[in-house]
Amino acid sequence: MSKQITVPFGPQHPVLPEPIHLDLVLEDEKVIDAIPSIGYVHRGLEKLVEKREYPEYIYVAERICGICSYIHSNTYAQGIEEIMKIEVPERAQFLRTIWSEYSRLHSHLLWLGLFADGIGFENAFMNAWKLREHILDDLESTTGGRVIQGVCKVGGVRRDVSPEKLDEMVKGLKGMEPALRDLTNVFLHDSSVSHRLRGVGILQKGDAYTLGAVGPTARGSGISIDLRETGYDAYGKINFKPVVEHEGDSYARCAVRAKEIFTSIDIIEQCVKKIPDGPVEVKVTGAPDGEYFSRAEQPRGEVVHYIKGNGKRNLVRHRVRTPTFTNLPPLVTLLKGCELADVPVVVLSIDPCVGCAER
Amino acid sequence: MINDKQTTLLIGMDELVPRTEQMKKDGCRLVQIGCTKVGDDYEINYTFDKDYVLTNLRITIKQDTVLPSVSSVYFGAFVYENEIHDLYGIKVAGMNIDFGGHFYRTTIKQPFTVTVTKEDTSCQNK
Repeated sequence: MSKQITVPFGPQHPVLPEPIHLDLVLEDEKVIDAIPSIGYVHRGLEKLVEKREYPEYIYVAERICGICSYIHSNTYAQGIEEIMKIEVPERAQFLRTIWSEYSRLHSHLLWLGLFADGIGFENAFMNAWKLREHILDDLESTTGGRVIQGVCKVGGVRRDVSPEKLDEMVKGLKGMEPALRDLTNVFLHDSSVSHRLRGVGILQKGDAYTLGAVGPTARGSGISIDLRETGYDAYGKINFKPVVEHEGDSYARCAVRAKEIFTSIDIIEQCVKKIPDGPVEVKVTGAPDGEYFSRAEQPRGEVVHYIKGNGKRNLVRHRVRTPTFTNLPPLVTLLKGCELADVPVVVLSIDPCVGCAER
Repeated sequence: MINDKQTTLLIGMDELVPRTEQMKKDGCRLVQIGCTKVGDDYEINYTFDKDYVLTNLRITIKQDTVLPSVSSVYFGAFVYENEIHDLYGIKVAGMNIDFGGHFYRTTIKQPFTVTVTKEDTSCQNK
């Protein structure tokens, strides 16, 4: 038996945009165990719920993450609305769906850029981020914010979007589609990318399920879990199928994200066709008295906001289980047996969002 | 409306591991384990999902109770159990990966407190 050594990976590492630490136990160049630890950016945001009234806490909920920020606010609002039995206007539900899909687009393009950069594919990195700018521009022009939108509120949304602007957004996305197809085709059919990703970091379907994998990490292993199928917001009125790949390797997880870009564009287009006229918010009075596990599909998978209120303006508990947090055990499993040189690729293939996981 | 059914079952601590094993046999996915402080007690929710139907197993314990780990049933439970230990100070026995209180490498040790100054009590854009 070879001598075992432990190599620290992170919290500062060129491929990690955020700090996470992995103790990699190696035999020669092979990883035989990986032990993660977090806490470098833990902010205790859940605790703040005791000091902020529930309508204003949505700003804190949105700041859990700088990538899927909008969907955090949406999920939080949805949880309060379920407890208080608030009927959100249909137009607001469609707008929420549109902004959620814009968030997915900007997140997937951000990931694609970071991933390409991580494997030295600088041209793909620059193209992905160039295209992402158009998405951020649309988010900014419709919500007022590029990263933190602040547009979702309990009872609806703060801003309406004119029909002309919605049509313009769809035209913009359709105009971008050939460039996006070109980018994803080049990425997925490049022999170097394929060589780096195929057969690397395999997560079997059964393991993915019992380890709690969600999002593209689960769907890349053949598990069709997509919370959008529960029909929250306007997803119940939209036709779409989750993108599922079956190989379970790093390539499959990347392919799921790349293909989901086009699913998002299609969902936005359907929303713009079906969005009804009407108000975008309802007046909310009172305070939540009860509990609810509010769930939504973030770019990285299922997010859970557990909300518990006792009829007062301050909630008793707000607990967030983010997709990256539950994707940590699968990461441990898929790192076992891989080569040390493949660790950055495998880590990036689950698209970790550490700020989100830490809260 | 959301097609998301949720059920909560109150169980005793001795039922926790057998019930969790049954959940796994029934093909459920472990969604999360979360802790909530309720008065002097701690409420722990073990949340499972199958076909978008949520089932919670809930136990209520005191802080000095030693919780049995379910990580032998669901390997991924170790992240939640270490989190509960680090943030709430509840001991969990038999975790498959026990960080010994160092999963969250925070400089300020739990329990956390929140201080809001008088000038900072209202939000500007309610």
